[in-house]
Amino acid sequence: MFMKLDHKVSFLLRSVFQGEIIQHLHEVSNDNGEFRAMKSDIAAGRLPVDQYEANFSDISAGLSPWEATVESERCLYCFDAPCVEACPTDIDIPTFIRKISNGNVKGAAVEILKANIMGGSCSRVCPTEILCEEKCVRMAKEGKPVLIGKLQRFSTDHLMASGVQPFERAQPSGKSVAVVGAGPAAMSCAHRLAVHGHSVTVFEAREKAGGLNEYGIASYKMVDDFAQRETDFILSIGGIEILYGQRLGDTLSLDTLRADFNAVFLGIGLGGSNDIGVAGEDLDGVVDAVDYIRELRQATDLSVLPVGRRVVVIGGGNTAVDIAIQSKLLGAEDVTMVYRRGPEQMGATGHERELAQTRDVRIRFWAKPVKFIGDDGAVTGVEFERTALGSDGGLSGTGELYTVDADMVFKAVGQTLVPFSSDGDAPEIDGGRFKIDENYQTTLPGVYAGGDCVKGLDLTVEAVQDGKLAAEAIHRRLTHLNGGS
Amino acid sequence: MADLRSVFAGIKSPNPFWLASAPPTDKEYNVVRAYRAGWGGVVWKTLGEDPPVVNQTSRYGALHGADRRVIGFNNIELITDRPLDVNLREIKKVKKDWPDRALVVSLMVPCEEQSWIDILKRVEETEADGVELNFGCPHGMSERGMGAAVGQVPEYIEMVVRWCKKYTRMPVITKLTPNITDVRYPARAALSGGTDAVSLINTINSITAIDLDEMATSPSVDGKGTHGGYCGKAVKPIALSMVSEIARDAEAGKLLISGIGGVETWRDAAEFMALGASNVQVCTAAMLYGFRIVEDMLDGLNNWMDEKGHTRLSDFIGAAVPNITDWQHLNINYESIAVIDQDKCIQCGRCHIACEDTSHQAITASNVNGMRKYEIDDPECVGCNLCYHLCPVPDCITMKRVENGKPPLQWVDDPRNPGNQAAE
Repeated sequence: MFMKLDHKVSFLLRSVFQGEIIQHLHEVSNDNGEFRAMKSDIAAGRLPVDQYEANFSDISAGLSPWEATVESERCLYCFDAPCVEACPTDIDIPTFIRKISNGNVKGAAVEILKANIMGGSCSRVCPTEILCEEKCVRMAKEGKPVLIGKLQRFSTDHLMASGVQPFERAQPSGKSVAVVGAGPAAMSCAHRLAVHGHSVTVFEAREKAGGLNEYGIASYKMVDDFAQRETDFILSIGGIEILYGQRLGDTLSLDTLRADFNAVFLGIGLGGSNDIGVAGEDLDGVVDAVDYIRELRQATDLSVLPVGRRVVVIGGGNTAVDIAIQSKLLGAEDVTMVYRRGPEQMGATGHERELAQTRDVRIRFWAKPVKFIGDDGAVTGVEFERTALGSDGGLSGTGELYTVDADMVFKAVGQTLVPFSSDGDAPEIDGGRFKIDENYQTTLPGVYAGGDCVKGLDLTVEAVQDGKLAAEAIHRRLTHLNGGS
Repeated sequence: MADLRSVFAGIKSPNPFWLASAPPTDKEYNVVRAYRAGWGGVVWKTLGEDPPVVNQTSRYGALHGADRRVIGFNNIELITDRPLDVNLREIKKVKKDWPDRALVVSLMVPCEEQSWIDILKRVEETEADGVELNFGCPHGMSERGMGAAVGQVPEYIEMVVRWCKKYTRMPVITKLTPNITDVRYPARAALSGGTDAVSLINTINSITAIDLDEMATSPSVDGKGTHGGYCGKAVKPIALSMVSEIARDAEAGKLLISGIGGVETWRDAAEFMALGASNVQVCTAAMLYGFRIVEDMLDGLNNWMDEKGHTRLSDFIGAAVPNITDWQHLNINYESIAVIDQDKCIQCGRCHIACEDTSHQAITASNVNGMRKYEIDDPECVGCNLCYHLCPVPDCITMKRVENGKPPLQWVDDPRNPGNQAAE
């Protein structure tokens, strides 16, 4: 599309990454005064103002009391239920569902929260279709599980709305624990430690607690400031203090923490993103998906977020799906996800994939980026090479190339643990994550770790379990019970 | 196409489905709608002496199952609260307009001969097909010496029935209350009095729920409650048992029976009839779903009869009665054990926990290659069939006869029976 303009066009792309304002100045004139308007068409405010709120509203309306009753009555109240086995936090699912059907909604919530203090956020973000609901015995005959996640949300929302903290703190133990990070693993750990009477100080690098619940999960899964409300709920147990702007290796030293506290828990997540490692990665418009989502989650006005008209997302995990959908919801016209392997290998679940596809995101499999194509320093497309599995099971390029035009490219190819600088001993890293033993203790005595910074599936629910079990291990250590280390 | 026509105590109807005496049969408007929907007959809501009774609000209580299905229902409504002459006028008109349908009039007046003489005379003038004596209503009217207060005293039953038979040419159906210990006594009394038939059961004394905030029955009448009459699906097993008790009684077994109590479907009706009822009366199901339910009652019964080769109702009425007996006459040498169809099992584990906690520890739980497996430990299984009933998958658990080679043996003949030893 060409248009005649009588003055030089520049447009300001403001993106507010990590609190800094970065300005990209694109000059897009040609010699005879014709402009290819916005070759790289990145703009904010693509939608009518009121459309943003509709697009980013809660993706899953909660169950009404009547819906919850009907759904709870579908539960067969299995003995030694397969769904419980599939839950990383061992929530006694048949018991809590029976409580809902019996009209004891508060009791249901307590049943959930005693196993998983972040049952509220897990009910919103858990990939239940590959966990509890996949194993529901109703699947065998009907292919339609009891909606465990929605029932969990119904009961935990009920309890949180009542403002009740159902757990009581034990008498103060006189012991103190430093928890680094304020994401699901850290807050789960902090709560359990507080329940046991220990005094907990949480050191958080950012301005808010919640970790990925606050900064990473797709906006429409976590509406109404839920991460902060859940944090407040957790803190209401008492005995937990949060200090913000405290970054390990920067304002915070592990040695000091080890000296000042009886134990340390590291729940620092994965602070870095993987690079793709092909030419053109530094072109304007090539953006790290995690950074962008963080900005999106903190934006008070979504209409100021610039998004490309044509967006390419590279990756096949939940972050890739989240950024693809949210680009679309911000008004991108054409969003293509490209993943180097097939649907079977994809990190995003079938449910997530369907979510993307029903929101008009195109997913292309079996292709890897070979270079970012740019014009005047801004990305205009990505060249991909088709891939295939070799006889040895390895992935290789077929030599066949194709290009997808793009105004904006999101990289969502995984995150990495960022090692922190330390004057003294640092915990050993193995396979890119902190090495821990069966008690969640790192190679440093008294220093524990859990969540995404240790090996696992990188699920919120798993992080909560890590934090809970690490807290129990720390409690054993602090009270010299059996099994302590 | 089976012949569903019914003749009950000389009263003809195109099918055996009657509406019981209750709110659905209180007036012409409802009854005509019922006939239009296909009901074979109605028993008009109980008439009494003027002045008409006054009712309370609210009147109903309910027991809900999954998905808020009403499985049990109760009421504290009294007999008709409309003037006698209004009811009689409407009855006469309806009978004239719908001559092929059964129209029986339910009656409840004080236990005085003249009261019965008077009302029978007036009902006869309507040309109704018969009368049903309401000796069953357990609430309100019983406090006034009527309804169940009569039905609980066999002598009263016999007396009133005798009056009715003396003063009317109309067939007399005696409606029995279940709020007694042995239904055969009132049935025999009705027989002695000369009744043409009995109908049962009327409703059962009940309180369906207590509101724990109000500390009163739910619903209540301004904060207070009283027991009502229980009906609906939940009472069917009690009604079936009582019908069978009469049907297999040497004396009362001669009575014609109109089966009442939780009939919702054609199958329920067929079960009552198999136990000796010649027709059935329905109330709660119609109140919950409307008169349209009769369509499938007719269609379903017809299809079942065709499938079984029954051409008329009498082909199966009473067919199950010979198979109802006393415990002591059951074959104590019969053995069966549970069998789990592993292909159908969904691994819910409920059979295991039920057997383990409350029965005979005969269902093992194991984990084979990550799959739960529940198996019957044959020697431990006593064949109680608890698991068969609670299994959520139809036909997953079945009961298999164990061929033990033992001849049939009744407890009365069993050497292990201490009574037998004492007799030796």
